[in-house]
Amino acid sequence: MSSTVGPTSTLAPGEAARETLDRAALERVWSTPPGFLGWLTSASHKSVALRYIVTAFGFFALGGVLAALMRLQLARPESRLIGPDLYNQIFTMHGSTMMFLFAVPVMEAFGIYLVPLMIGTRNVAFPRMNNFGYWIYLFGGLMLWTAFALDIGPDTGWFAYVPLSGPAYSPGKRVDIWAQLITFTEIAALVAAVELIVTTLKMRCPGMSLNRMPLFVWAMLVTAFMVIFAMPAIMVASTMLAMDRLVDTHFFNPAEGGDALLWQHLFWFFGHPEVYIIFIPATGFVSTIVSTFARRRIFGYPAMVLALIATGFLGFSLWVHHMFAVGLPQLGEAFFTAASMMIAIPSGIQVFCWLATLRGGRIVMRAPLLWALGFIALFVIGGLTGVMTAAVPLDLQLHDTYFVVAHFHYVLIGGALFPLLGAVLFWLPKMCGRMPDERLGRVSFWITFVGFNLTFFPMHLLGLGGMPRRVYTYARDAGLTTGNVVASAGAVVLTAGILVFLANVAWTLRRGAPAGDDPWGAETLEWATASPPPSYNFAYLPTVDGQAPLWSTQERPVVTGLRTDVREVLITDGVDATPDHRHRLDGASVWPFLTAVAATIGVVTALFTPWGVTIGSLLALVTLTGWFWPRGAPAHETVEQRP
Amino acid sequence: MSRAAIVVAAVACAACSGRMPVLDPGGPQAARIATYWWIVFWLSALILAAVVAFLLHTLAHRRVAAAPASLVEDTRVERRLALGVAAAVGLTALTLVVLLVTSVATGRALRSFGGTDPLTLEVTGYQWWWDVEYWDPVPSQRVRTANEIHIPVGRPVLVKTRSLDVIHSFWVPGLHGKKDNIPGHGSSLVLQADRAGTFIGRCAEFCGVQHAHMQLLVIADQPEVFDAWLQAQRRSAVVPTDAFARHGFDLFMTGPCALCHTVLGTPAGGRRGPDLTHLASRRTLAAGTLPNTVGHLAGWIIDPQAQKPGAQMPGNAFGADDLSALLAFLGGLS
Repeated sequence: MSSTVGPTSTLAPGEAARETLDRAALERVWSTPPGFLGWLTSASHKSVALRYIVTAFGFFALGGVLAALMRLQLARPESRLIGPDLYNQIFTMHGSTMMFLFAVPVMEAFGIYLVPLMIGTRNVAFPRMNNFGYWIYLFGGLMLWTAFALDIGPDTGWFAYVPLSGPAYSPGKRVDIWAQLITFTEIAALVAAVELIVTTLKMRCPGMSLNRMPLFVWAMLVTAFMVIFAMPAIMVASTMLAMDRLVDTHFFNPAEGGDALLWQHLFWFFGHPEVYIIFIPATGFVSTIVSTFARRRIFGYPAMVLALIATGFLGFSLWVHHMFAVGLPQLGEAFFTAASMMIAIPSGIQVFCWLATLRGGRIVMRAPLLWALGFIALFVIGGLTGVMTAAVPLDLQLHDTYFVVAHFHYVLIGGALFPLLGAVLFWLPKMCGRMPDERLGRVSFWITFVGFNLTFFPMHLLGLGGMPRRVYTYARDAGLTTGNVVASAGAVVLTAGILVFLANVAWTLRRGAPAGDDPWGAETLEWATASPPPSYNFAYLPTVDGQAPLWSTQERPVVTGLRTDVREVLITDGVDATPDHRHRLDGASVWPFLTAVAATIGVVTALFTPWGVTIGSLLALVTLTGWFWPRGAPAHETVEQRP
Repeated sequence: MSRAAIVVAAVACAACSGRMPVLDPGGPQAARIATYWWIVFWLSALILAAVVAFLLHTLAHRRVAAAPASLVEDTRVERRLALGVAAAVGLTALTLVVLLVTSVATGRALRSFGGTDPLTLEVTGYQWWWDVEYWDPVPSQRVRTANEIHIPVGRPVLVKTRSLDVIHSFWVPGLHGKKDNIPGHGSSLVLQADRAGTFIGRCAEFCGVQHAHMQLLVIADQPEVFDAWLQAQRRSAVVPTDAFARHGFDLFMTGPCALCHTVLGTPAGGRRGPDLTHLASRRTLAAGTLPNTVGHLAGWIIDPQAQKPGAQMPGNAFGADDLSALLAFLGGLS
C-alpha cells in the first residue's frame, strides 16, 4: 500500500528532521514560480482563489458605486441628475455585476480556497483548469465594464426580457455584450463547479466519509451540482438571443412564430437556482461560524445536510414564481405556490438548527459570530417576505415593485453578504496569518446592520405604495418621497459600514497580530496547518475520525508515502474516503492563460460577426494542443498507480 | 433591533396604509388580496418576533464560562433541543399549509369574479402609453381613448390586455394585481371599483427608456356619469368654424401630427400614437407625465424629449402663432 495510514501523528525524534526535509522538497515542487509569469501561470488553488476573491470584491465595489448612484438619483422626486438611458444601464450593470461578477464568483472562490484545506488535500483536482476559469471570469468582467465605460453598457435589465432585448427594440451592441458576458460567466462557473465536485468526491483525506464532511463542503458540493444543472438553461437562452440578434433567427420573435415567454422560462430556470447558488454557500459559512463560536458541533448535522440537498432540488421547481403576472392555469398556480412555500421548510430547518446549536452551546461572542447572528435575523425577514410573494394573489400586487427589491436584498445582502463578511473576518487569519481587529469588526457590523435596514426596509412600504422597479424617477405627488429619502440616507450609512469593514481588512493585512494556526479554536482541518498555509497545504495529509477532527481528543494519524518530488495527491473513494490510488497533478503552465485569451478573442469577435466562433475555435485549438501536448513523464511511469 | 423594526413597520403600515393603494383597496379584487396580505403579515410578524426573541434570550442567558470546545453533548439537553426543532419545523409546515390553502382560495375567488355582463375593454401597451378600446358588438359604438379609463362604480370590468411591441404589465394597485401584456399572448383580468374615485395605474414591467412615465388613470364614476361620458366619447370631432382654430386644424392635418394620431371625424387617422379625438377631456398628457394644461401641452408639442427623453414623439418647430392656433384646435377636442 503506497499510502501508509499509521499512528504517526507525533513524529519520532529522528523523524522531525525528515519532516523538515520533506517540507523543503514539497515547497520546491508546489510553490508558484515568482514574478509576473508565476502570476499568469499559477496552479495553486490558494493563489487563484485569493485572486478570485480580490477581483470579486473589486467588482462588488463597482456594483456598489452604481447602487449609490441610483440612490442619489432617487433621493429626490423628478430628479434630472441621471437620465433614463444612463439609469437603465446603471441598474442593468448593477444587477449583472452583483450576480455574475460578485456573488457567484466570490462564493466559488471561497470554495476553491477552503475545500482542499477542509478535506485535507494539497490542491484542487484540475489546477490548470482552475486558473483558466479565473482568467475567463476576469476577461468577461473587463469586457462588460469596458463596454459600460464606452456608453455601450447593456440597458435591458439583468434578466434581458425579449422582445425588449431583441434586435427590433434594442439595436446596437449593448444586449450582445450582456449575452456574451453570460457566455464568460457560464464557462467560469462551470469550470469552478466541476473543480469542486471532483475535488470533494475524490480527494477527501482518509476517514472523511461523506457523513463526516464539514457542512461548508457539503454546501459547496450542492452548489456546484446546482451550477451544473442551472447553467445549461441560460446557456441555451443567451445563445438563442445572440443568434436572434446576430444571424436573424426568430426564437423569440412572436411575429415569426417565436415565443417571448420561452425566454422567461429558460432564464428563470437558471435564474431562480442562481439565488440558491449564492445562498447555499452562505449557509455553509454560517454553520461553520456558529459551530465554532457556540463551542459545539452543529446541532442536527444529518438534518442540515438533508436540508441543503432538499434546497438544491426544490430550487429547480419554483422558477415560475417569477412569472405569476404572466397568467397561469389554476393548477399551475397551486403547484408553484406550493413549491415556493415548501422551500421555506429546509430553510426553516437550518435556522432552527442554528438556534439550537447556539442554545446548546457555550457562546463566545466574537465579530464573525455577530455577522452570522445578523444574518439569522435578516434572513428570516427575507424568507418571510419570500413566502408572501410565493402566493399568487399577493404576488400579483407585489411583483415588480420595490417590495420585491426589498425582499431579495434582504435575502442576498442579509442572507449572503452578511455571512460572507463574517467569513472574511473568520478566515482572514488563515489566509494572511494576521488577526482582524475585533472592535472594528463589531463597529462595522452595527453600522452596516443599521444602514442596511434603513436602506431596504422602507422599500417594502414603497412597493405597497405602488412604486414599480426600474423607474429612473417618480412623481412629486406620488407619495413616494419620504421612503426614498430614508432609503437614500440609509445607503450612506450602509456604505460607511462597508468602508469601515474594508478598513479593518486593510489594517489586518498590514498590522494585524500574528494569528497562529487556529486562533478561533475551530474544528475543521484548515486550522490544522500554518496560517497562511504552505503551498502544499499539509506536510503529511491528515486523516480524520469524526466530524470535528480538531476537537477530537483522539490522536490523528497522518498519511505518509506520497512522493515529495512531484505534485502527487491521494485519491480516495467517493463515499467512504478510503485510499484508492495516487495521482499526479499538473503544475504551473501558461497555456490556460493563453486559452482564456483565445476564447476571449473568439467571444468578443462574435459580437460583430459569426466568424468569431470560427476564429475563437481555431485559436483555442492551437492553445489547447499546447495545453495537452504530452511532455515530461515517459508513458510507462504511470501517473496513476493502484495501491 | 429587528423586533423594533417590525413594530415600526406595523405602525408605519397602519399609519399610511391610507396612502398605499395595495392596502387601501377600492374594489373587491384588491380587497381580497389585501385581506390575504394582512393574514400573512401578522403571521410573519409573529414568527419574526418569536425567532428574534428566542435568539436574544439565548444570547442574554449564555453560559459565560469559557471552556474548550467539546464533542460530548448532554443527551438530556440534546433531546430537548431536538424536540424544540421538531416542534418549530412542524409549526412552520402547518403555517405554510394554512397560507397555501388561503392563497389558493383567494386565487380561486379572484378568478371566478366577473358576473354575466361585464364592461369589456381592450388595453394595448405601447412604448410608452396605453391604448384603450371600449368594446361593443356594434363597431360604430366602440370607443377608443388613451391613458385614461373611465369605469362605472359597482360593475365588473373585463380588461383584455395585449401588446404589439415589448412586454408591458397593466397594474392598477387600488383595484387589482397586475397582468402582463405579452406580444403574442393575450390575457385578461376582471376588476371592479366599489367607490367613485381616481386610481393610478402604471406599467409594471420594464419596457425600455421611458418605463417610468407609462401611467394611466382609472376614473370610477357613478353609472349615470359614466354613461354620459361614454356617450360623449362616441362623438366624432367637428371641424372648427372659428378661423383661428381652423388654422390649427389645417396645421394638424397637413403637418406631421396626423401621421401618428387619429382624430375621429377628420382625415387624421394615424395609429402610431394615442387617439386624440377627445384629448381635451383627459386629465394628463403623455401617459401621466404632465397635467393636461395649455402650457404643458404647448411645451410637449414643441419639445417632448425635454419632458420624456426617448419618447417616440419628435419635436415640432411651430412658430408662436401656429402653435397657438394648434392649441386652440386641440383645446376644442373635448
